[in-house]
Amino acid sequence: MIRPAKSKSKFKFKFRLYVAGDAQNSTQAVANLTALCRAYLADRHSIEVVNVFREPKRALADGILMTPTLVKLAPSPAPRRIVGTLSQTQPVLQALGLATPVE
Amino acid sequence: MKPLRSPFVKGSAKAPTGIIGFDEITGGGLPHDRTTLLLGGPGSGKTVFALQFLVHGAQHCKEPGIFVAFEESSKRIAANAESFGWNLAKLRRKKLYFIDAQPKSDLVQSGTFDLSGMLAMLEAQTKAMGARRIVFDALDVVLALLPDAAAKRREVYRLHEWLLARELTGLITAKAGGDEASSITWQQFGFMQFMVDCAVILNHSVVQGVSQRNLRVQKYRGSSFDENESPFLIGARGIEVDAMRTHVRANVKVSSERVSSGVKRLDTMLGGGYYRGASVLITGFPGTAKTTLAGAFAAAACQRGERTLFVSFDSDSNEVIRDLASVGIQLGRHRKNGRLRLASARTITGSAETYLVRIKTLATEHGARCLVIDPMSTWSKSGNDSSAHSVAERLTDWSKANGITLVCTSLLDEMSSQTEGGSSLHISTLADTWIQLSYLMQAGERNRGLSIIKSRGTAHSNQVRELILSDAGVTLSDTYTAGGEVLMGTLRWEKERAERVATEVTEVAGKLKRVRLDAEEAELGVRVKSLQVELEAKQVEKALLARTTATHKGEVSQGLTRMGELRGADATISGRKSP
Repeated sequence: MIRPAKSKSKFKFKFRLYVAGDAQNSTQAVANLTALCRAYLADRHSIEVVNVFREPKRALADGILMTPTLVKLAPSPAPRRIVGTLSQTQPVLQALGLATPVE
Repeated sequence: MKPLRSPFVKGSAKAPTGIIGFDEITGGGLPHDRTTLLLGGPGSGKTVFALQFLVHGAQHCKEPGIFVAFEESSKRIAANAESFGWNLAKLRRKKLYFIDAQPKSDLVQSGTFDLSGMLAMLEAQTKAMGARRIVFDALDVVLALLPDAAAKRREVYRLHEWLLARELTGLITAKAGGDEASSITWQQFGFMQFMVDCAVILNHSVVQGVSQRNLRVQKYRGSSFDENESPFLIGARGIEVDAMRTHVRANVKVSSERVSSGVKRLDTMLGGGYYRGASVLITGFPGTAKTTLAGAFAAAACQRGERTLFVSFDSDSNEVIRDLASVGIQLGRHRKNGRLRLASARTITGSAETYLVRIKTLATEHGARCLVIDPMSTWSKSGNDSSAHSVAERLTDWSKANGITLVCTSLLDEMSSQTEGGSSLHISTLADTWIQLSYLMQAGERNRGLSIIKSRGTAHSNQVRELILSDAGVTLSDTYTAGGEVLMGTLRWEKERAERVATEVTEVAGKLKRVRLDAEEAELGVRVKSLQVELEAKQVEKALLARTTATHKGEVSQGLTRMGELRGADATISGRKSP
């Protein structure tokens, strides 16, 4: 069982999700991310969804090879990237630094 | 339908790679607007090949290109490319674009994903710069991230379809090699080989400690190609492939012009010299003056004003000049005025193929009409014998096709001395003229002998000549045959001297005899004279005698008559006239 870390801090999580139009794995990723944020980061997150087909220059500038790709922009340190549909919650939470094992 | 001019369909359907030899193998380059798969093990030259393809397109074909680097960073690739003299910095502004697409080591995966992002950004970049060529270097790196074979396959097809739809000439490189570990990857990419229109396999192997690179076109849809493995090397200006021999051989120009061998007497023996464009093989044991003979040919060629390339595998080029100068062959000035180019290649590094390609490049650069290789037999040491043989064969064909007169020497080792001329590379059958140099051990000395084993299309002397080296140059001398034995060196000299003495003795004896005969003749003459005189004396005497006798007789008769008269005896003297 995993619980969110005790988040006394009020800093906000900023995400950017690169998707490939309405491809299946992209829509899945959007859904999974929204669900995850609602569960663990209620009211302290913002999500920007970038469609690489519409804004390929941004994908190029950011070096996005695979879709869907989730980029954690804030809080620092080190922006993190996660590729895939974000279906496995635990590795995602760990990667975002949100997971703490409960006793 | 258009009639075929050559076995290779030429046309706009090919994208030239600018790689020497490769465009010949494929009849023009990679399939235009199609995808090519380039497979090879680590260090087999995939990236260089791919980059050269892009650089050539950008520089010479007005086809800008994109390089997607999955493995190495573009900075490092560019730095490596500088050593080939490709001006990437200038090209990168407009015509060549690098995309760094190395997967980050801290990349976290969760669930399925695909390469749409990459294709979207490539789409944008392609449109922005009007790219026509695109390279995916080490696609296997990114495919390895995909969870299963089905996903890999799906992504490759997605990429392929995208390339086809955009009519881009694509080149995908992937790692695959002969070793155990990579055979798994090979299977994974098996479907790619079926999918693409052209597949090229690069091979880097080590045979007896010598590195050898081979390239093979596995498939090429809609075009004929050379199916054999072709050796290649990564030279100073990129990849150089040794193109095939078959269609080179077809248009050989045959010349009946003679070129001097550099030794006057040898020219006579050969009926005027070597044929222009012929390949000449000089075999012999160490120290039989193979190099000298080859040097004489080079010097003669330069003297005629023909550009010549002298490749020495044994010694440094300065050593060659010095050594040949000691026998009166001056190559130094020819090198200075640029007619002669000397190249020294040590045998330790590189395979026979490497040398072949290098020699061909050098000869082409120099515009050589005459080529000397000294000795060719070292090739069999570097690498295996069979490849050395095929290299020798290709060199012969190539020089023939280009009308270059080729003189190569070949060392015979002790083993092959049993069977005369068991030339280690078996090139003796390819050579047009084969000159054998040998030692003759006799009376405690070694002497050099020269004989022409064969010379195609030429009446040639069948006699062994003695090869004499002096500071005045190379000369050939008749050998003496005495009692069925060939005499050379001191023995020949002795024989010559003995004959000289014998002639002298005979001459003197003859003179002596003549003198004696003269004397005898003179003596006889004198004797004849004195006898004549004697004879005359006798005749005179005889005449005198006759006269005296007559007088006497007259006197007697007169005296008798007188006496009778005086005595008055008439009766007894009857019939007598009375006074």
